[in-house]
Amino acid sequence: MEATIEVTGLRKRFGSTLALDGMTFLVAPGQVTGFVGPNGAGKSTTMRVILGLDKADAGSALIGGQPYASLRRPLSHVGSLLDAAALQPSRSARNHLLWLAHSQGLSAKRADEVIERAGLASAARRRAGGYSLGMRQRLGIAAALLGDPPVLMFDEPFNGMDPEGIVWMRGFLKALAAQGRAVLVSSHLMSELEDTADHLVVVGRGRVIADAGVADLIAAASADRVTVRTTARGDAMTALARAGAEVAATGPDVLTVSNLTPESIVGLLSENAIPFTELSAHRASLEEAYMELTRDSVEFRAEAAR
Amino acid sequence: MSVITPYRTELSSSRDGFAQLLRAEWTKFRTVRGWVIGTVVGALIIVGLGVLTASKSMCSIATVTRQNPNPVFHACPAPATGPGGEWVTDSFYFVRQPLAGNGGLTVRITSLTGLYSTHGGLPSGGNLLAGMTRGVQPWSKAGIIIKASTRRGSAYAAMMVTGSHGVRMQWNFTHDVAGTAGKVSAASPRWLRLTRSGDVISGYDSADGRHWTLVGRAVLAGLPATAQAGLFAATPGYTVNSTSLGGTSSVGGPALATATFDRVSRQGTWPAGRWTGQDIQAPVDSALPRSVQGFTQGRGRFTVSGSGDIAPADSASQVEHTLGGAFAGLIAMVVIGVMFVTAEYRRGLIRTTLTASPRRGRVLAAKAIVLAAVTFVAGLVAAAITIPISEHLLRANGNPISPLSAATLLRVTAGTAALLAVGAVLAVAVGTLLRRSAAAVTAVIAGVVLPYLLAVISGVLPAGAEEWLVRVTPAAGFAVQQGAPAYHQVVATYTPGTGYFPLAPWAGFAVLCAWAAVLVTLAAFRLRRSDA
Repeated sequence: MEATIEVTGLRKRFGSTLALDGMTFLVAPGQVTGFVGPNGAGKSTTMRVILGLDKADAGSALIGGQPYASLRRPLSHVGSLLDAAALQPSRSARNHLLWLAHSQGLSAKRADEVIERAGLASAARRRAGGYSLGMRQRLGIAAALLGDPPVLMFDEPFNGMDPEGIVWMRGFLKALAAQGRAVLVSSHLMSELEDTADHLVVVGRGRVIADAGVADLIAAASADRVTVRTTARGDAMTALARAGAEVAATGPDVLTVSNLTPESIVGLLSENAIPFTELSAHRASLEEAYMELTRDSVEFRAEAAR
Repeated sequence: MSVITPYRTELSSSRDGFAQLLRAEWTKFRTVRGWVIGTVVGALIIVGLGVLTASKSMCSIATVTRQNPNPVFHACPAPATGPGGEWVTDSFYFVRQPLAGNGGLTVRITSLTGLYSTHGGLPSGGNLLAGMTRGVQPWSKAGIIIKASTRRGSAYAAMMVTGSHGVRMQWNFTHDVAGTAGKVSAASPRWLRLTRSGDVISGYDSADGRHWTLVGRAVLAGLPATAQAGLFAATPGYTVNSTSLGGTSSVGGPALATATFDRVSRQGTWPAGRWTGQDIQAPVDSALPRSVQGFTQGRGRFTVSGSGDIAPADSASQVEHTLGGAFAGLIAMVVIGVMFVTAEYRRGLIRTTLTASPRRGRVLAAKAIVLAAVTFVAGLVAAAITIPISEHLLRANGNPISPLSAATLLRVTAGTAALLAVGAVLAVAVGTLLRRSAAAVTAVIAGVVLPYLLAVISGVLPAGAEEWLVRVTPAAGFAVQQGAPAYHQVVATYTPGTGYFPLAPWAGFAVLCAWAAVLVTLAAFRLRRSDA
């Protein structure tokens, strides 16, 4: 089976709220795919639909070409962590993994292996109810790894983790992808994924806003704009335009220039003896790119909330 | 872009069949200590209430003699036991003589009258019958009888006229077959005939002594070569059950039946040649004293007066009643059954469960089976402990122990366990339907346990309402605990409150199962159709 998640045209309505509005994307193997968007953008709903927990009104979600419900030994195809708090508090971590292992015909030994891998060995026999959120996240990761699946899906795995845990989680996710697995990680904070994800699916209002590699996304959002403050606005525009730049007058003595690097702008202006008092290059961070992309959906939500 | 090598697991292939799912659900159950403890507590409640019931149930008789004026207490005597092993009332006036080998007896009855007391006791001196009211009881009976011996409880077959159930043939206490209907009178006499051929006794009736109709044929296994045969009269006491919102109460008093016989003819060998009157009576009996019973004989006419009854005795309120705590144990099982599902909904764990096993109907089935098995075993152990302990205690407290057949005892024991198991399955279904612990527990208790409490324990409802409750609600399943059967030919307070259910044991249990089946189906439907 191919290690992919293929989501096509998912639509789902909860009462008067349209939760999913044509959600479409593909999660490829060998990389970490970040699934980002503001709260309420439809990330968790999409994941639940992928896992066959919720039914979509339209569209399909396939794991390696098959709907989840038709998978035999599903945990050996897809490992998932939706909600780290979904535990019976009085049951120990090991026993939690034990029943999951039994449901897939796996041995208790396998449960012990994943406990080890998630770094929970010392706490495995304690009541899960006494776990911190970070420990619960680790337990959830252990459960997801139980069937050693080629596809992994984590909903907000960084929630509640201490800085050390976040570092561990990042390395862990990258290592999983490096083994050739498809890894889908959702977050409402782009910063959490900045150094982890190779590919991003940005969603808002139940649909995909952007689906691109991290580098492409940053480039597209910032487009390397340079702001030039000059008293000789006309001369500057002529000279820069002739060199192939796109120039816009954005103030009485301010120009916004794109398609030229700051270095070549400085060179051109000096060559033509055009005075300038300020020249600032602007490069978008992933966070800004994300803000830019999701502004509409956030505004929409703010309005809807009013 | 580099070429990605898809991930391949090194885990060996395993199965995720139904057996694995059952094992997973069992692991879930046993790893929550509260559920395991709850099940044990449920079982202990049953044992505890049983032992309590048995230890509080005392029966003794005090005797005072001239030599020893201090009362001496004895255990209550057991009623006579019939050929089938059941408790019987065998108390009547018998006008008899031996019948050697095969033969027969034919009589005509021209009247059946009676007297009864409506106010319980009788005056101890003077004319015992002076204050009594005229009238027969529905099951006042007089006729002819062939009986193995005069020992109470011995085998017999009889043809009789009754107060309001026409001619009957009855044998060995529990068998009853109707003959000609209608009341007997001088204008409309009844001819009755019994013939013996080996172990087979045939009963006939006739309106004119010429045209005979076979009413029934009784096989009395091991009937001795010489049996006792003759005329008899008996009547159970006057009883009126009044039922109201306050419950059922009954009032009554002793009664006497008197029948007139003529055209008595004997076939076969009757070595004694003359009739002897004998009052067959229990040591402790509600029948009238000897002095008012008896017979007269003259010019071919016999008048026989008797009190008592030849019928199965009420043998409820015995060992099986010490399992009456099953309802309390059931409450514990219901709470666990509900929690087994709703705890998962509360925490969102149901999503993990359904992710591991996307075939949802099987998840529900696995949960139901695991819980049914656990509660069945707990119930079986509880019942198997309760019965011998409480039987021992009841005996020690002087109670006669009603003879329950091994099959009945097994049915009551396994039935109690099955009652808990099906109740727990029903709780699983309701938990799945409602998804909330408090609502589901309330619903199941209100549907299963409350009707039982109202109908069987409280005694506040009229009998009709009690019977309706344990006929249509899931509480009908408690019928499986009924040990003694009800007999139509006995006037008794057969109400749920006295341990008699309107439905047969397995029929009542089937009602509970039907409820569980419907609710499990609805739960499966909801589980499959709704988002988790």
